[in-house]
Amino acid sequence: MSSNINGKQYWRSLDELADSPKFHEWLHREFPENASEMLDGGSRRTMLKLMAASFGLAGLTACRRPVERILPNSLGVEDYIPGKSMFYATAYTQNGFASGLLVECHDGRPTKIEGNPKHPYSLGAASALAQGSLLNLYDPDRAKHVMEGARKATWEEFFKAAKQKLDATGGGAGVRILTESSTSPSLAALKKQVMTKYPQAKWVEYESLNRDEIVGGAQLAFGQPLETHYHFDKAAVVVALDSDFLGIDEPTILPTKQFSKRRRILESSGEMNRLYAAESAYTITGAMADHRLRARTADIGLLASALAKEVGVGGELKVLQGNQPAYAKWVTAVAKDLKAHAGKSIVVAGPKQPAAVHALIHAINKQLGNFGETVTFTKLESSEPHVSGLKTLANEMAGSQVRVLLIIGGNPAYTAPTDLDFGANMKRVDFSAYLGEEVNETAASANWALPKTHFLEAWGDARAMDGTATVMQPMIEPLYEGKPAIEVLALLADLKDKRPYDIVHNYWTEQWSAADRERKWRKALHEGTVEGTAYAEVKPASVAAAPALPAAPEGMEVVFRPSASLYDGRFANNPWLQETPDPITKLVWDNAAMVSPATAKSLNVVNGDVLTIQASGREVSTPVMIQPGHAENSVTVALGYGRTRCGHVGTGVGHNVGVIRTSTAFWYAIGAKVTKTSDSYALVTTQEHFSMEGRPLVLEAGLEEYKKHPEFVKGEGEHQELFSLFEEHKYDKGNQWGMVIDLNTCIGCNACLVACIAENNIPVVGKAGVAKGREMHWIRLDRYYVGNSEDPQLVTQPINCQQCESAPCESVCPVAATIHSPEGLNDMAYNRCIGTRYCANNCPYKVRRFNFLDYHKDLQESTKMVHNPNVTVRMRGVMEKCNYCVQRIQETKIAAHADGRRPIRDGEVLTACQQTCPADAIVFGNILDPNSEVAKRKKQDTHYALLAELNTKPRTTFSAKLRNPNPELA
Amino acid sequence: MSLIFPKSFDKYLRVGAGVAGLLLLGGGGLVGYLLTPKVTNIGYSPTQPVAYSHKLHAGNMGMDCLYCHSTVDKAAYAAIPATEVCMNCHERVKPQNPEITKIRESYATGSPIRWVKIHRLPDYVYFNHKAHVTVGVSCVSCHGRIDQMAEVKQAKELTMAWCLECHRAPEANIRPVELVTKLDWKPDRDPAEIGREIIAAKHILPPTNCSGCHR
Amino acid sequence: MADVAYQQDLDALNPPLVLGDQSYGKITRDVSEIIERKTPTEWYIAISISSFFAIILLGMLGYLAFTGIGVWGNNSPVFWAWDITNFVFWIGIGHAGTLISAILFLFRQKWRTSINRAAEAMTLFAVACAGIFPLFHTGRPWRAYWLFPIPNLDLNMWQNFRSPLLWDVFAVSTYGTVSAMFWYVGLVPDLATIRDRAVRDGKPIRALIFGVLALGWRGSVRHWQHYEKAYLILAGLSTPLVLSVHTIVSFDFAVSVIPGWHTTIFPPYFVAGAVFSGFAMVMTLMVVSRWALKLKHLVTMKHLENMCKVMLATGSIVGYAYCVEFFTAFFSGNPYERFVFLNRATGPYSWAVITMFTCNVISPQLFWFKKVRTSIPAMFILSIVINIGMWFERFVIIVTSLHRDYLPSSWGYFRPTFVDIFTFIGSVGLFFTLFLLFIRFLPMIAMAEVKGMMAQESMEKQALEQKGAH
Repeated sequence: MSSNINGKQYWRSLDELADSPKFHEWLHREFPENASEMLDGGSRRTMLKLMAASFGLAGLTACRRPVERILPNSLGVEDYIPGKSMFYATAYTQNGFASGLLVECHDGRPTKIEGNPKHPYSLGAASALAQGSLLNLYDPDRAKHVMEGARKATWEEFFKAAKQKLDATGGGAGVRILTESSTSPSLAALKKQVMTKYPQAKWVEYESLNRDEIVGGAQLAFGQPLETHYHFDKAAVVVALDSDFLGIDEPTILPTKQFSKRRRILESSGEMNRLYAAESAYTITGAMADHRLRARTADIGLLASALAKEVGVGGELKVLQGNQPAYAKWVTAVAKDLKAHAGKSIVVAGPKQPAAVHALIHAINKQLGNFGETVTFTKLESSEPHVSGLKTLANEMAGSQVRVLLIIGGNPAYTAPTDLDFGANMKRVDFSAYLGEEVNETAASANWALPKTHFLEAWGDARAMDGTATVMQPMIEPLYEGKPAIEVLALLADLKDKRPYDIVHNYWTEQWSAADRERKWRKALHEGTVEGTAYAEVKPASVAAAPALPAAPEGMEVVFRPSASLYDGRFANNPWLQETPDPITKLVWDNAAMVSPATAKSLNVVNGDVLTIQASGREVSTPVMIQPGHAENSVTVALGYGRTRCGHVGTGVGHNVGVIRTSTAFWYAIGAKVTKTSDSYALVTTQEHFSMEGRPLVLEAGLEEYKKHPEFVKGEGEHQELFSLFEEHKYDKGNQWGMVIDLNTCIGCNACLVACIAENNIPVVGKAGVAKGREMHWIRLDRYYVGNSEDPQLVTQPINCQQCESAPCESVCPVAATIHSPEGLNDMAYNRCIGTRYCANNCPYKVRRFNFLDYHKDLQESTKMVHNPNVTVRMRGVMEKCNYCVQRIQETKIAAHADGRRPIRDGEVLTACQQTCPADAIVFGNILDPNSEVAKRKKQDTHYALLAELNTKPRTTFSAKLRNPNPELA
Repeated sequence: MSLIFPKSFDKYLRVGAGVAGLLLLGGGGLVGYLLTPKVTNIGYSPTQPVAYSHKLHAGNMGMDCLYCHSTVDKAAYAAIPATEVCMNCHERVKPQNPEITKIRESYATGSPIRWVKIHRLPDYVYFNHKAHVTVGVSCVSCHGRIDQMAEVKQAKELTMAWCLECHRAPEANIRPVELVTKLDWKPDRDPAEIGREIIAAKHILPPTNCSGCHR
Repeated sequence: MADVAYQQDLDALNPPLVLGDQSYGKITRDVSEIIERKTPTEWYIAISISSFFAIILLGMLGYLAFTGIGVWGNNSPVFWAWDITNFVFWIGIGHAGTLISAILFLFRQKWRTSINRAAEAMTLFAVACAGIFPLFHTGRPWRAYWLFPIPNLDLNMWQNFRSPLLWDVFAVSTYGTVSAMFWYVGLVPDLATIRDRAVRDGKPIRALIFGVLALGWRGSVRHWQHYEKAYLILAGLSTPLVLSVHTIVSFDFAVSVIPGWHTTIFPPYFVAGAVFSGFAMVMTLMVVSRWALKLKHLVTMKHLENMCKVMLATGSIVGYAYCVEFFTAFFSGNPYERFVFLNRATGPYSWAVITMFTCNVISPQLFWFKKVRTSIPAMFILSIVINIGMWFERFVIIVTSLHRDYLPSSWGYFRPTFVDIFTFIGSVGLFFTLFLLFIRFLPMIAMAEVKGMMAQESMEKQALEQKGAH
């Protein structure tokens, strides 16, 4: 598909597109407001399918059939072929760090986000959040207009008012600019200019899921702020101390790519890395661990120092008290293992741990000789502490020393530590403006609320963690009146370049010699990376002696963690992500206080009972969810819920636990008081039963066992010789599509699930729908607990349509709406289906989804623009299911036919889930081609088919899960 | 004994029943037939906003289909040309013609010409021009002799059954790729024969399964 | 004296099927007058209640068709719930009619005569109610005609003839048609009777209507010959249907791969169950109508007792089937199969299973006692209990098997919505509405057949008396 990307084609068409009036005109027709002729009656699907020439139904002129009109452009747009999708490179930023994207656009509409294979921190994969961010672009509740209070204003008015205020301050005294984390070089350059213009102004960065402690740790250890890079592909042993490096912690994709490389094992002679994890609440990192230690977040420091002592780090270190024998055993074994793999190991801690712990981690890695091997360092863009920075700002605001406050992005009124009382303090500022994508809490308390462009609408740039820069380019004209931050600043400070394109383009081209400026610029746009922007490696001279750790008193702790679906709440109004189940609890449309079964017993609560949590002199009530494997005396709550102002979808969903998060107890609070209340609350999960009931579903073995009996999967689910009553087809010609899912590398991160939603126009059914068991996801990640209920292990099994060769669903459909294709696909013809649901009853894997209601009825026009025109939007009353992205298969086949009817290459067709899988756990291809990856995987000795004894002959099969336990802990 | 219906009524009863049955069957059949696309679709020829004549352009002047419908071999859609394309010639040709003024207007204002769609497939059908044109299915197979139509009208049913006829036995509609736009092509021998040769040479195997067209 | 005593013994052994000293004329009067006399208020009350619920049914179906299956409680994994439960329930009820009229006719069971007409009518109405559900349970009912193999010129594709659901369509529609014909043919002579009485009483409209309905029946010998032939042929035709319909309905489940459905004993088990529930429903209806319409002398205790015996027999078969199911599940060694039956007994739906077992297996055993078999209230209550039980049987089979199948990750639980509940109640309303209309406007007892049977009986009697005299 990436054959569509062609630098030349790209930059020329875009420059023209972006400015040509007819493009504006053409584009406007896409908008609900202006799409006059599209709105008079008419079929939604037609409109989506043929945006190429926007359609309108002029009603029934003849009873014969409705008249449809075709509206070609008046002036042709160069290189634009109606109905042909184009891929453009850009980047998604989380905590300021870029991960490269390729965005698929249909006729000017971004419809899908994929990772950029050429970007070092994406390598082709994109996280669930990155992909979900697409829907925010079309969010009908977005900030659309400049608002002064409740009055609809214009940009001109704003700039006039703002300029007055700024000039009044002279040198910018009392001017404060608050932004999210940013690594944008052009913004940094702009910042410099602004600060020279207003020397007394102050620039503050705040991110509620910031990396203060990590940066502080480096400061402590090396006396200078350094960025730490862990190379998991070089590590045989990894120890994760309260670190979700496979999950939400930055960088989100690369570690998984690297880790799974060492995890994948194709024959019994192979080697496999070993992962130790110590954490309070289960994360997907913990779920992947070979040995997971349940420990309070507050005790992790203790573990770290004990570990440091064991591996021989000097300095006075806390040792474990006698009352933690489990810890002691674990630490000794881990330390032994680490020493055995000196130079080939990694110890990593998460952002929730205090700086001292991070310093200690550095000491350990140094001691193990991992520096320069598995752990390297580069310089750090900005090292300003976020929390203290914001605190100072809040105090200044409270003291009315702030005269002009410009907030760019983020949502401090909601995410700021509650003790700063940020929202209220904003009222004390005589001129405050908020530039944001949504109409949220912060917008509500600012004098001016300004619409910010979505990152797919605007020019910009950002750096990846290693410094590699990406130029972010617009896929579509701003849908509303939004402007990007750089443009607003440039206009405010009245700088030379004012158009965002000029700002970014000129910033970069000035770095380069005049000779090959344009070439480099085009290359940067085309590749999605700017060559030679990665930082040089820094070799820290020495590591300071291990610092003293903060004490970890006993008692109940409350731990704040980002929501796997909503991050810090910025995706609260995103229905795709709201309905994306939590990777561990499978909870949707809610957050909950997670406690261990034992703690639940002592509190005498069951799932859904409402708890009152008192910490730092504040309190919050939230329903409880019992989480096997959670640490004792610890409650974990997810941030990002209970938004009070964010649109129709997210307002009031879940409970805002941020109200007990203070600047002093920012990541966790000790000595919390948790009490049961009388009321209870309905929590909804996509999976209710977490035991395998002793059935051979997820097959698992230890590495040693596997090496002893490579054929261990054969023993499971034994059955007699199978035969079919019907004459069986021979699938022995052409392409025979098949899929293998490697349970050993799958981390259960939901990336595939969101990719599938975007690719296949999968509807959202809402909390009530999921409660009734009507979620529509074509691929689901089944989660099972193995072992005792207090401290079980977790396994994940992605289940999509198994494309059975002798499919039970096909034989029972009375109208032949689901029939096998000659290429082994279980075709589903929506337009033939009458919805008897017999097929779904007869599906042993329960992968078929039924449109119980018209789930597209209430979609806003803007939201419809996200639909993939190559996939039918299903009406109510019909069955649907995974079809291996047949639209991609067909597109590739047609292309292959068109150029000389060549055979399709292995890996030329990528299903959406496979394309985005950060662990490369999904392999798809032609099983008849002996050289195809999928054919090789099917020959693997850990390969097995689910419920094979039913003789369904599934095409989707699995490689068994392996763990690599340490004999000393077994 | 019966006083209301004498014996003789029995035969009326029988005959009546027979007739009613026949009427029911016949009438049903007729209505059924009248509702088939064969009857309803073919010949549909709405008046277009601009009285453009394919007969004149494609027929008499022999312009190639691809000059205007340039994406037909590149994408699923045989895009209707932008007004700009018309202007390439009509900048000079017949600038004063009332029909042409409509075009100039659209060109000047940038407001598109609102053509009426004739060949319409349901939304769940994913027809791909590229796939057909590049293997040698001629325009004429589905659109008829456009080059003889002053006003375009639908020539074929465009129903699933009709599609399947060809997908099951394509030889009659396969010709050398370079001739697809030659609507008046008259082969010197049996076209089906030529078709079979091409099919054999190119291993053409049109899909007859659902996902071939429905996704 | 001796003869009288002897006669009494005989009556005791084989009580007459028509009590009291009856003449043909009296029977004609008793049955016809039900139709001819002025409509009683009770009937108005009854039909207004039942039609009220029938209208609710319409409302529910309309709501369903406009909103989607989502208004029911159906979900994943329980894609079928009350919809198909009700379908199988009503189809089952429908069985008694044909069994009584066809099979008992072929077996020359004289006692069928006074109840067969009502039973056949009931069959038709039950099938009508049943037909609603397969139609409206589809996600797109306006496309439900695709279930019929109508030749189409624009798709040229056929149905999937491997699908049991399609077999269902054929089975049920055939059954409906044949039963209707059978019923109507049986009606013709009696319609003629009403017609003639109307003519005599100078009731032109009624005479006209029944005249048309009677298709020119004049009771000539030829008519009677044809009639008897036709009746015999139709009886022959419908006999296999009695077995086939529910056998095929059971295939919907037996042919699937779902544990708890995938069972070979379903066909006989379903047929037995169907007859069981069917007789229960006939019982409910007859007990009420013979009392309300003063037909005690035609629908005698003997009829009722015989029906009780049939219920006892079929009930025991059903009970046996339940046990066999459990045993095979255990004996098969198939873990999924075992789990399903353990889950039925101990899982979240055990309450339904207990109801089913008590109503269907334990309660009919009471019919071993003659006291129960001959007590009107007892048999009335039991017949209702059995109907409830049989509804639960279908619910248990469908829902408990679906809600926990192969992958625990997709297990779920079904809760009915108010639409589910009122759709079912509504279908009951429709059923009784139709039945009330039937007893009001058509002769609910086959006069002609009863008379014929009387003739036989009296002949036998005379023969006996002569014996006694000598």
